Amino acid sequence: MIPMGLWGGQAELKLAKSYLPAFACPIMQADMEFGLNGTYEGLSAVIIPTICDTLRCMTQNWRFGVPTIPMIPIVYPQNRKSPASVDYLISEYETVLTVLSTVTGKMMNEAALCETIEIYNTHNAMMREFSRAANDHLDIITPVERHTVMKSAFFYEKSEHTAIVPNIVENLKTLPAYCCPDKRVILSGITCEPDELLEILRENGLCVVGDDLAQEMRQYRTDTPEKGGGGLRRLALQWNNRYGCSLIHELGKPRGKLLAELCRENEADGVICCLMKFCDPEEYDQPYYEADLRAGGYPCLTVEVDHLNAGYEQIRTRIQTFSEML
Amino acid sequence: MRETQADQAKISTPGEQAAASAPKPRRPKPKSMVLLGEQTEALFENARLAKERGEKVGWSASIFPQEIPETLGLNILYPENHSAGIAVRHQADPFLQKCEGALGYSNDLCAYAKVNLVYASVLNEESEMELPDGGRLVKPDFLLLTNNICNQLTKWYENLARELDIPVFFIDTCYNPSDYVTESRVRYVRAQIDQLIRDLCEFTGKSWDDERFKEIMEISRRNSYLWERSYNLMDCKPAPLSGFELFNYMSAMVCNRGKESSTAVLEQLNAEIEEHIREGTSTFPTEEAFRVSWDGIACWPYLSHNLRTLKKYGVNMVASSYGKAWAINYEDLDGMARAYCFASTNGDNATTMIARRLEALKKFGCEGTIYHVNRSCKVMDCQMMEVQRQLSAQAGVPFASFNGDQADYRNYSEAQFETRIQGLVEIMKQNKEAKADD
Repeated sequence: MIPMGLWGGQAELKLAKSYLPAFACPIMQADMEFGLNGTYEGLSAVIIPTICDTLRCMTQNWRFGVPTIPMIPIVYPQNRKSPASVDYLISEYETVLTVLSTVTGKMMNEAALCETIEIYNTHNAMMREFSRAANDHLDIITPVERHTVMKSAFFYEKSEHTAIVPNIVENLKTLPAYCCPDKRVILSGITCEPDELLEILRENGLCVVGDDLAQEMRQYRTDTPEKGGGGLRRLALQWNNRYGCSLIHELGKPRGKLLAELCRENEADGVICCLMKFCDPEEYDQPYYEADLRAGGYPCLTVEVDHLNAGYEQIRTRIQTFSEML
Repeated sequence: MRETQADQAKISTPGEQAAASAPKPRRPKPKSMVLLGEQTEALFENARLAKERGEKVGWSASIFPQEIPETLGLNILYPENHSAGIAVRHQADPFLQKCEGALGYSNDLCAYAKVNLVYASVLNEESEMELPDGGRLVKPDFLLLTNNICNQLTKWYENLARELDIPVFFIDTCYNPSDYVTESRVRYVRAQIDQLIRDLCEFTGKSWDDERFKEIMEISRRNSYLWERSYNLMDCKPAPLSGFELFNYMSAMVCNRGKESSTAVLEQLNAEIEEHIREGTSTFPTEEAFRVSWDGIACWPYLSHNLRTLKKYGVNMVASSYGKAWAINYEDLDGMARAYCFASTNGDNATTMIARRLEALKKFGCEGTIYHVNRSCKVMDCQMMEVQRQLSAQAGVPFASFNGDQADYRNYSEAQFETRIQGLVEIMKQNKEAKADD
């Protein structure tokens, strides 16, 4: 099976309006629309993690609205300090496996799982390496190119993508480092899409040198431990090792510190917070990380991301002003 | 005597006053309400006194297993209930403005949270504002959190913990995509309960007493029974109460579920309802032409307008999801884990939601449903449309929805509410006439 990421997209909402109110986030709106209008036809199943309030409801909307694509819910533990969270999450993974086996008629085996974990860990390392290498070649790896490499990972078989990315990195390394005159920024948030939005960064002399986007580097910064038990247990431990994500409960509001560290490591001049419209988990984090960044001397701009809205003039003006300020 | 929430809702804006008819003499306050007022006073006063003595005081989510802090003799206050009180008194505006202004939060967030985050920052001397109640929700030393209401509570409490630099004691109750609570969830939640008791004892210096816990559990069980019973008595036709009045008694369950004072309030309430039934009277001020259920949290800032509009058409709200929200019955800590996973309608899947509502529609003889599309609450709204469709088809009753908010007065239109109720009444009337013709 090949897992694909469902991150919505540009869509004209028609059918989804019968399931979600206008204040559900654009990703869920578009996913629902694509599910209902047949765009996602061909998927064997959809796995929905209930990590925010809208996603809780999406499990039920999908279940009744798109009966042709079976829905498999997974309820991740949020009290990760509790040792019992590991066994609980293993049982959730086992439920997912049971449904997948029913849908596909195939069984998972431990050797294949361990091999896959290794591929995913290698892929994580490759993506981190790509992110670093890209910073010496910002003439080639524009914000759009960087995003394309990141997002493409959701649509390749992981081993295939793991083979492609090192090629990109090696080719970049054969070229002389480019001294980029542009200002360097870190992106934070859920996603920074579509390409039109990323083009505005380039138009205004901004290059992306790192990110804390849920769709991009948050996917790759935590490896699955090599030891600790069987494959499922190690995957559960990986969930408990994740950090700095708005959708996972964590005390101390650590994202400001994390972003400041990203700025320091990547010599960034500031941060652009890509606040997904109607994303309440991100909205609770934003005042704190903005304040922490400012206290750390890093300028910060928040723009609202809504890929259902085609108008970017207001964002263009704000990014232009931010760039000038940097 | 402190006014209760429905009384406070009677405080009207100048526009409402102009529209209102000549004031009528108020009926005397029932004894249950007097007891409730005393209980509320005691809750805040005891917390203040505990703070003065140097004891640790907590804030808690509304469907937390409060039998635990009750057993430990801790004083706990409830921000959701408190924010609702501020909203119903029309005092939320400066909080919402400050939250979205100086504190930098998005307008999109839950208005209970927004009111409380500002309140906390004032208590913490980070913001300046005159608190309308003089700060009687005293500054907490710790937080008690469950996420059976929603995920936003988790984020809200993360922020409180950082703002006030205090610990959070958390029980992750897990959403239920299945029609039941899985055993793996029970084990996970039970382990968290055990850990929480140990941690809370260590933090507060209190010690756990199994015998005391059994006593509290018994009180809590009795209160849950009385609470559900008072809701169930609304199945009489006509109903003995104006349904919105039951909203007043929520604090007995939200804030005082393990206390004998709630037993007194709820026994008195049951007795008063029974008396109405015996004498064939009702507090619903006009003839009960239609019986409806209410889905969602009360629209606290406009409770008075909701009531007046429904009264105009003889519509009595005889059922709501609050009836089951605190009907939490269990006999031991495993049972507690299971019960709190399944208590809140927000933690349950659509089939469970529909089954509970269908049962209520039938039991209470409802002829329609009013859905509050509560802008503060995505977890209630984002599956409501599908639930409405299925429930209406299964129960054969019409529904109307309106836009509102549990605490943000800006998200409501009086005209929309009236139009939607008019439409619902018309369909209910046609249904009634068709039934009579049959």
